[in-house]
Amino acid sequence: MDFNDTAAEAEFRAEVSTWLEANVPAEKEFAGMTPLERAKFWQKRKYDAGWACLRWPKEFGGRDASVVEQVIFNEEEAKHDVEPAVFAIGHGMCGPTMIAWATDEQNRRYMPKIASGEEVWCQLFSEPAGGSDLAALRTSAVRDGDDWIVNGQKIWTSGAQHSDYGILVVRTDPTVPKHQGLSYFFLDMKSPGVEVKPIKQISGDAGFNEVYFTDVRIPDAQRLGAVGQGWQVALTTLMNERASIGGGGSGRGIVNCTRLVELFEKVNLDGSAAIEDGAVQAKLADWYVKEAGLKFVGYRSMSAMSRGDVPGPENSIGKLVAAPMRQEMSTFALDLLEGAGAIWDKELSEAAGLYQMGYMAAPGGRIAGGTDEIMANIIAERVLGLPQDVRLDKGIPFTEVPTSASS
Amino acid sequence: MNFEFSDEQNMLREQAGAFLRDNCSMSVVRNILTSDEPFDRGLWQKIVEMGWTATAIPEQYGGLGLSYLELCVIAEELGRVVAPVPFSSSVYLATEAVLVYGSEEQKGKWLPMLAEGSVIGCFATAEQAGHAASNKTGCSVGANGLSGTKIAVVDGDLADFAIVTASEGDSVSQYLVDLNGSGVERQTVDTIDPSRSHANLVFSGADATLLGNAGAGWDQVAVIHDRAAVLFAWEQVGGSKTALDMAKDYAMERYAFGRPIAGYQAIKHKLANIYVKTTLAESNSYYGAWALSTNAPELPLAAATARVAGIQAYHFATAENIQTHGGMGFTWEFDCQFLYRRAKLLAMTIGGELTWQKKLVAALRTAA
Repeated sequence: MDFNDTAAEAEFRAEVSTWLEANVPAEKEFAGMTPLERAKFWQKRKYDAGWACLRWPKEFGGRDASVVEQVIFNEEEAKHDVEPAVFAIGHGMCGPTMIAWATDEQNRRYMPKIASGEEVWCQLFSEPAGGSDLAALRTSAVRDGDDWIVNGQKIWTSGAQHSDYGILVVRTDPTVPKHQGLSYFFLDMKSPGVEVKPIKQISGDAGFNEVYFTDVRIPDAQRLGAVGQGWQVALTTLMNERASIGGGGSGRGIVNCTRLVELFEKVNLDGSAAIEDGAVQAKLADWYVKEAGLKFVGYRSMSAMSRGDVPGPENSIGKLVAAPMRQEMSTFALDLLEGAGAIWDKELSEAAGLYQMGYMAAPGGRIAGGTDEIMANIIAERVLGLPQDVRLDKGIPFTEVPTSASS
Repeated sequence: MNFEFSDEQNMLREQAGAFLRDNCSMSVVRNILTSDEPFDRGLWQKIVEMGWTATAIPEQYGGLGLSYLELCVIAEELGRVVAPVPFSSSVYLATEAVLVYGSEEQKGKWLPMLAEGSVIGCFATAEQAGHAASNKTGCSVGANGLSGTKIAVVDGDLADFAIVTASEGDSVSQYLVDLNGSGVERQTVDTIDPSRSHANLVFSGADATLLGNAGAGWDQVAVIHDRAAVLFAWEQVGGSKTALDMAKDYAMERYAFGRPIAGYQAIKHKLANIYVKTTLAESNSYYGAWALSTNAPELPLAAATARVAGIQAYHFATAENIQTHGGMGFTWEFDCQFLYRRAKLLAMTIGGELTWQKKLVAALRTAA
């Protein structure tokens, strides 16, 4: 066990750090750009210097780097305020799925542009009737010559409004049990018949979208995996989602223990800094136990991955612990601010509104990417080996599965 | 970075685990709990023969000179089986105190005997309810030796020597006291975990030699507690895993409403939560193990984090294990009680949850 960098890792870290120092754009270079343009600008600069999607093969735009090198790069990049969330889906989920299932020719065409940020990708999985029960999705694809014709609706698609391509799971055979009738495609989001409608959240943001498909044509060459194999391909994507969503959270833009220590040192409670208060200390300690614990779960998982292990269901712990914790932290921070906590204004609020945003964004955090309850089920069933919930749709054709109280 | 135990350490874990499964089933724990025997002497003898008491003692003092990572591995396995032996008192506390603060003469005298298991040590701080370091220290050392009473000393009735905090004038120091000498009376006391023996130690002019620096008593206790906290945390992790296994096995076997109760989400999520708390405690203990084994400056924060996580996980796991068992869980007949008792005992020894939450925050503020 060695928690420190090896000599080679330290050298790599120094190289990364030096490059970042010299190349992270100054604010004036970003002048006049939208957040998306800023993100693309920075991503392109990384790509041009060989610092994009480090773990991908070089021929697909990556660096052939190890897991540990990727983590070192992420850690160093997090010290600068430039982490672009807009590429998280494309780099974390779409790319790895393509690498696993697309042809080399396709990967040579698409991957470098994902890596460079020139093309943004999204993930079209969830549906109004297929959330926690994802495989119950109903968007259909019907074969027509060399194409498939897609009709239906997706929802909760992050970043669809500025995506160039998307990965898509659809039902190609409703007459077989639900998992067997799915197929997986990637498509051009500019295809005729694709309509994107943003969903405004309680936080005021609109990061998610509804995506409607009306007679959208997708070439059969853009199918990943065999017809009917869509669920297995989707599992590749979901496995990578686990590895990328997880705990994280060292940046300054999110509610974490570092930010809370700053707040508790500053806010007065009963005549001294709140952090002197025993009840405040007990809460802070409990959150730190979780935050540090998740960090070290991540390190253990990274050690396993560097031996060649695939991230398994045990990584579900990250989101299950971090999402409700952020809600508790934000809630408590607002309580401590008392009346002033109600003000939500970048100029006037403590920490530029970090805790107000944290409070309003937290409910979404507990639902997106798998609800708390689904995460607990995954741990119970896939890690501990407990029996599955009773499934009344098991083994029967999808068309015969009850879908509402009135059906 | 490599955040894993080595192959050799994992082999030690397998050997230790196999040995303890053979030699320390729950019936062994039950025997000690229900008898007047203070600990399982046969099991202790075998543990000594395998060299576990000598693990982290340097070779020059008759030890094996292994790292604290090996000791963490052993601690987890002992925790798993709720071992009724004085390992934590003698190894995590008394041995550490002599190792860190003993003079060359004290180390030369005591460490070889600790290593070979011919003596057992214990650690005595408390005199009344509450956090010992915050209370007035009544035990005092004068011209006539040590006088006063220490309460609830774990293994105090069976140990050969004790590390005792006592005042001399205005300052508090640590002293090494031969419990087999004159001026020592041991009063065995009943506790919530009779699988581990406890005594009040009444000193009246006992021979006491200074350990470490005069006046540095509580500072030394804090350092030894930080080191021991990591090892206790590994015992707590081991115990939490046993509680999870026990709850899971029972839930898979027990049928209600026509299916195993393990299939109901109320039970599944309960067990998932035990897994989560145990995993957080384990991962924090990894970091604690690294900090302890490398003498890292991060040890106070790492130890406090592992300790708070260990206390919380073990309590939660054992309470919810009983809940999963339903009515049978709180009967004398079932084994759930051993874990529930030990969880609370380990939580109180070396300072409770609130004490360590405060230490954690203090360390976090120092690091900020």
